[in-house]
Amino acid sequence: MRNLNIELYRKLYLIRKSEDAVRRDYSNDKMKTPMHMSTGGEAICAGVCHALADSDQIMGTYRSHGIYLAKTGETDQFFAEMFGRATGMAKGKAGSMHLTAPADGLICTSAIVGTTIPVAVGAAYANRQQQNDRIVTVFFGDGAIDEGVFWESVNSACVMKLPVLFVCEDNDIAVHIPGKDRHGYRSISEVMERFKCSVFNSDSTDAEVIYNLTKDALNAIRESGRPSFMHLKYFRYLEHVGVNEDFNQGYRGRAEYEKWRARDPIETQRSKLMKWLKEGEIRGIEMEIEERIEQSVKKADIAPFSGPEALYEDVLA
Amino acid sequence: MSRMITYRDAIQEATAEEMRRDPGVFTYGIDVADHKRIFNSTRGLVEEFGKDRCFSTPLAEDAMTGFGLGAAINGMRPIHVHMRVDFLLLGMNQLVNMIATHHYGSGGAMKVPMVIRAIIGRGWGQSYQHSKALHSWFAHVPGLKVVMPSTPRDAKGMLIAAIRDDNPVVFIEHRWLYDAEGEVPEDCSTISLEGARVLRAGNDVTVVGTSWMNVEAVRAAQILEKHGVSVEVVDVRSIAPFDSVTIINSVKKTGHCIVADNDWVNCGFSAEIATNVYEACYKQLKSPVTRIGYAPVHCPCTRPLEDEFYPNAIDIIRAVEAKLSINPIDLSGEDFYTYENKFKGPF
Repeated sequence: MRNLNIELYRKLYLIRKSEDAVRRDYSNDKMKTPMHMSTGGEAICAGVCHALADSDQIMGTYRSHGIYLAKTGETDQFFAEMFGRATGMAKGKAGSMHLTAPADGLICTSAIVGTTIPVAVGAAYANRQQQNDRIVTVFFGDGAIDEGVFWESVNSACVMKLPVLFVCEDNDIAVHIPGKDRHGYRSISEVMERFKCSVFNSDSTDAEVIYNLTKDALNAIRESGRPSFMHLKYFRYLEHVGVNEDFNQGYRGRAEYEKWRARDPIETQRSKLMKWLKEGEIRGIEMEIEERIEQSVKKADIAPFSGPEALYEDVLA
Repeated sequence: MSRMITYRDAIQEATAEEMRRDPGVFTYGIDVADHKRIFNSTRGLVEEFGKDRCFSTPLAEDAMTGFGLGAAINGMRPIHVHMRVDFLLLGMNQLVNMIATHHYGSGGAMKVPMVIRAIIGRGWGQSYQHSKALHSWFAHVPGLKVVMPSTPRDAKGMLIAAIRDDNPVVFIEHRWLYDAEGEVPEDCSTISLEGARVLRAGNDVTVVGTSWMNVEAVRAAQILEKHGVSVEVVDVRSIAPFDSVTIINSVKKTGHCIVADNDWVNCGFSAEIATNVYEACYKQLKSPVTRIGYAPVHCPCTRPLEDEFYPNAIDIIRAVEAKLSINPIDLSGEDFYTYENKFKGPF
């Protein structure tokens, strides 16, 4: 319990502080890439990813800072890619919306809503064929459920009995359109219950709760040989794209934010740690992470850009 | 050793042999494992390799295209089959936004070895949603290889090469070619995905063909030869990457170029060929490049209008005559391909 909660806090803090660094430095205009921030959704990123084996695979959306940091734990390539430098994982060609880390199992993120869902299903088929016990988890927003490919993918995975975990990170807003204006159904969980898969729900901001729920979802996959679907509510603190708040834009109010902010995932986890750690010990963990982030930002800032020859590299294998 | 087999058997043979060689190769798509077996081109696969490696899918072209990407990233070699190119349009988002970009977007860390087979329909009332070719659409996008073999030998050798290639390859077949017979090696030798083939040597005019139009071009060349006109037929085969050198060398020799593309002309691949020829052969050209393709309308169902829609060997012969300023040949005694000889429907 103690170690689990410390590890979860490390992941939560790494995500929040990495994005805080992005927010702090974004106006310097060195990170020229559209930022879709995970801030507010860290409990899902940390809780789900921590429940996975190192060899398990994940896929995500253009809002994947959180899952990248949770699954890899590294910040050097992360910031290098944000700065568009040759030391980024894609040499600056991918940016914030297309983070990958194949060695750590992050194999695909995409800026087109819903597009990694079928890719996860195919990856799960390969894992089953190769009998490697890997499970693929795919993260997507509730907007992806509006897309046809979500239904095609869920239907296919259920009929083909594939080891895939669908994680819907539901912030109730697709870009700026609320769920009530997009959903022709009453409850996505109720709909999913009709499919041949296991369904799990939570609106917790406690990473440990999400972690335990994910363990249940993974066990269900192993026991049933069928997919699991997790419907996880959260609140997006910042604007759809960019690093600022946007409660003055009229499409959502600050009051709702304040309700969620009162149970902020990082603060929730920090207060739990007080059971096991002294304030100074927690600060020690935090300062180590802060220092690592600052080092990564500095390294990224002085790293070279890719030379012109890189433009033509990696089009074909 | 080689022997005469059909184009459909060449496809089947290449697939079965590659599935035998590499357990990572699998074949999937709508109806690949049903009783018709994609016009018999996937016959025997489910019996030999089982339902895990040859399976019919839900009618979900979009998801099933992305499915191939995921399997390919994880080390498999998917072959996704579409009975018609038109159905592949439902998978264009995955093909263009995801599959074509993944190697580039991962900084070269991940590869996408997958084959997408798609068949161009024609005749017996295929009409406007079962007859498109669209190779220029696919070839327009970096990161995709696009091939259109027109002979059984190329079908086998290029399909093996496509399966073994570490890139996504769109492999476009023509339904009418399925009954074409030709010499095909028994072994698993590959044919490059990056070269044109001179199907017939000649000196007076170069006809550059894609897919079925090569059959029409060869027939035109046979007839013209009887009248003292020597036509060189170059089968493009590889749409992307495109081998312009073989075409340019031919046009430098003949001074005349007709492009017979199995597609619409407007914004089509024929323009790409013509531009390459103009850029490289400006001084050698004795006449402007002529382009031949579908009529700029939708494909009609009824046979009399369909005959007007598709270009054929006669159109090529008339274009050659115009280029060389010779009188129209009397074609009344000549035989031309008619699908009724082989093809009864409903497909």
